Amino acid sequence: MFGSIIVSGLAMGAIYALIGITYNTMFATSRVMSFTAGQLGMLGGVLGSLFILKLGLPPWLGFIATLAGCAVMGVVTELVAVRPVLKSLDQHLYVLSTLALALMVQQVTAIGWGTEPQPFPRLFGLGSGITDEKFWLPVIACALVVLGLEYLYRRTLVGMAFLAVAEDNFAARALGLPERRLRVWSYVLAAVIGGIAGFASGQLMLAFFANGTLLNFYGFVPVALGGLGNNRGALVGGLALGLFQQAANFTVGGVFASIAVFVLFIVVLLAVPQGLFGSSTARRV
Amino acid sequence: MAAGATGVTGVTGWVGGTRSWHAAWPFLAIFALAALLPISGNTYWTVIATRAAIYWILVSGLNLVVGFAGQLAIGYVALLTLGAYITSVLAAGNVLPALPPFVALACAGVGGGVFGLIVGLPALRLRTFYFAMATLGFATIVTQIALAWQDVTGGGIGLTGPALPAPFDSEMGLYYLCLAIAGVCTLLTSNVARSRYGRGLIAVRDAEVAAEASGISKVRLLSLIFVFAGVLAAVAGGLFASLQTYITPDAFTFDLSVLFFISILIGGRGSILGPLLGTLILTVLPEIAAPLAAWSNFLYALMLLVIVLVAPGGIAALLDFRNRRPLPANRAIVPNPTLLGQLLTAAPARGGIVLENIVLSFGGVRAIDGLSLSIAPGQVHGLIGPNGSGKTTTLNVISGYCTPEAGSLALDGAPLAPGKPLQRAPRGIARTYQTPRIIGEASVLQNVMIGGTLQGHASFIETLLRLPRHGREESALHDSARTALQVVGLGSVADARADRLQHSELRFLEIARALMLRPAFLLLDEPAAGLAAEEIRRLGDLIRHISRQGTGVLLVEHHADLIFDICDHVTVLNLGRVLADGTPAQVREHKEVVSAYLGG
Repeated sequence: MFGSIIVSGLAMGAIYALIGITYNTMFATSRVMSFTAGQLGMLGGVLGSLFILKLGLPPWLGFIATLAGCAVMGVVTELVAVRPVLKSLDQHLYVLSTLALALMVQQVTAIGWGTEPQPFPRLFGLGSGITDEKFWLPVIACALVVLGLEYLYRRTLVGMAFLAVAEDNFAARALGLPERRLRVWSYVLAAVIGGIAGFASGQLMLAFFANGTLLNFYGFVPVALGGLGNNRGALVGGLALGLFQQAANFTVGGVFASIAVFVLFIVVLLAVPQGLFGSSTARRV
Repeated sequence: MAAGATGVTGVTGWVGGTRSWHAAWPFLAIFALAALLPISGNTYWTVIATRAAIYWILVSGLNLVVGFAGQLAIGYVALLTLGAYITSVLAAGNVLPALPPFVALACAGVGGGVFGLIVGLPALRLRTFYFAMATLGFATIVTQIALAWQDVTGGGIGLTGPALPAPFDSEMGLYYLCLAIAGVCTLLTSNVARSRYGRGLIAVRDAEVAAEASGISKVRLLSLIFVFAGVLAAVAGGLFASLQTYITPDAFTFDLSVLFFISILIGGRGSILGPLLGTLILTVLPEIAAPLAAWSNFLYALMLLVIVLVAPGGIAALLDFRNRRPLPANRAIVPNPTLLGQLLTAAPARGGIVLENIVLSFGGVRAIDGLSLSIAPGQVHGLIGPNGSGKTTTLNVISGYCTPEAGSLALDGAPLAPGKPLQRAPRGIARTYQTPRIIGEASVLQNVMIGGTLQGHASFIETLLRLPRHGREESALHDSARTALQVVGLGSVADARADRLQHSELRFLEIARALMLRPAFLLLDEPAAGLAAEEIRRLGDLIRHISRQGTGVLLVEHHADLIFDICDHVTVLNLGRVLADGTPAQVREHKEVVSAYLGG
């Protein structure tokens, strides 16, 4: 049982961390928390199953097509639900606009794809039992994404430009950075990360329209734990959440695992509102 | 029945017979039509209308949370589920001996209140997205529990809903029961909306800092509302179970949450009529257009997006005809300080505000560096200095927004708790802001009444039921708010939406709000910024008169002329320290001040 807890805990934790990073990537350039983060994870699974199982594309091509589909969704999110409400960020209209878009995505999926969970193809056919690929694919995907982001932010010009916009939007614009275009690209990047999370976890979570809402919540918990915009916090928080949830799942049963996660979420929010690794809030007056 | 609010600012319609009637007739019409519906003899529509009434019972409470307090509670179906299961389980006697259905319904109400508060807890410390997520998470786990706790809930198979006793066991009987409860809920929520509680909620939503400075406790207010909304939601759940006759977790999809939430936003924030219409429209729409039923959620979401992007005011803004009439152009602000005597009736403070050796740094910068200052009652005390000299920071230390690292702070000999903005209003300290903090969507009068919140003593229950003490306090508050507006010269625009005023008028509005506290000390942060010369002169005159009533005024200003004209005492700050201190004449002579600041 211990092995199962570790293996499934790390797998689920990696998925939650990736969705958390999706939230953070969108937040960094726009100060917007978007409800589409979880839906992107759902789309990764559904599109992957659609392209590979239904349309018979080879897995690598299906993967690329899935990410392209998610990227389009990222651009749509920025154009439709984020850009129009950025002017009045303090009114938090983005919560509503991104929620509306997320619900529309979910409803279209439910009608077009069906409301039953559908199988996701085996990609490599490796491993069985607790060494099955469905458990380690999300972990590897998460590791690659984290390393890739580190490389992007530290070594590339465009990554540094992202950081500049995230650090101080106005200063970045004053330096001549194309803030708008960078924001669109960061939404594409976030969407691709969400898509990777969904694709890598397809065998574990299946291609199911309701995964979006689930991932929205469980992917947000690491963000709340780790602090808004803090990717390392999201990684640690996500893995901790996955292990905690699966440990509770195997020992006291699924219902109590959900309750435990919810209680943990509320308690952490009340005790450390800025997250365990976050920074303090801004001046009010 | 004097129910309701039309339009975003309609909450003003609480006094005076005709206006109250004017606000009530749409509600009367809706409920009268609803009562006549069963005459058509169509049972199908009676069931739909019962459902709409049940939804409205929940939405009317949720409206205070979402529409008034601005808290994005997107998972309220969880409380409906909870209420439905508590009522059904207790009435069926699965765990305890079976209870009569109405007792079970009452128990559900209690449970709903408790869980409404628990789910609301994150909102007390964090805003928007976190709270939205907490309610979403709660909605997810309640369904999971209902599925898994088979001994009690029957799991996926479900259990029978409570069978209400006669005459409520027929479709018609249940309909009239739900309609009556919906009517009562409309009254209760509009009573709250048109009270200091309702105004406080809107203030917390749109001008949290000003609400705090007026002594409105966000934690207390939101807790009350969360409990109230939870009770209504759970009662709606019990009735829902009764209507369904058999409940399974599938009956409580997240789509219902979306319906409740979007009804309110389509209806418009801060209104009661709007969300009522929204609930009716969203409940009935899929029934009229059957082919749309599958796409109904998509349409709801699309409506939400359109509302947010195109018409953030919702239906209520469309119905708000009063605020389309143009305000008089070329209106001048002519204060009438002679009325101050009626307003500032509290006994003036005997002692002053004393700051001693206050130190405060932001990062490596010492914004205040060992500042000592005393402000006497009944005087105008000017605080001037170059940008970054610590003027506003000093104000923020006094009002409790900034916590100093060292030093002490006292009023009238008793210490003022540092960093506790909520405790300033009860001690008689009022203030205004560099950028006016007002509720744009509320009327000017309501904005001013916010300042007098502390004068209300009627409890939440008294307010809910409109007991006499509540009525007396409201009309007294209303009268003094009108007086305050006349004092500052805004009497003619009292009923306009505050966001239609000009910038200079907002500055005077903030002063009127501060005066409502009957303050012992009034802190003004650059009140003359953006004012025309004539307005500055009138402002100075008003400030003089306020101080002659015994109120101490601390005036932070850049207009040196105004300072030297009206101040009894002037302190000049530089780099967080006192550079000079004395009467205007002494300060004007001070060499360093002249060279560093006044020039020439």
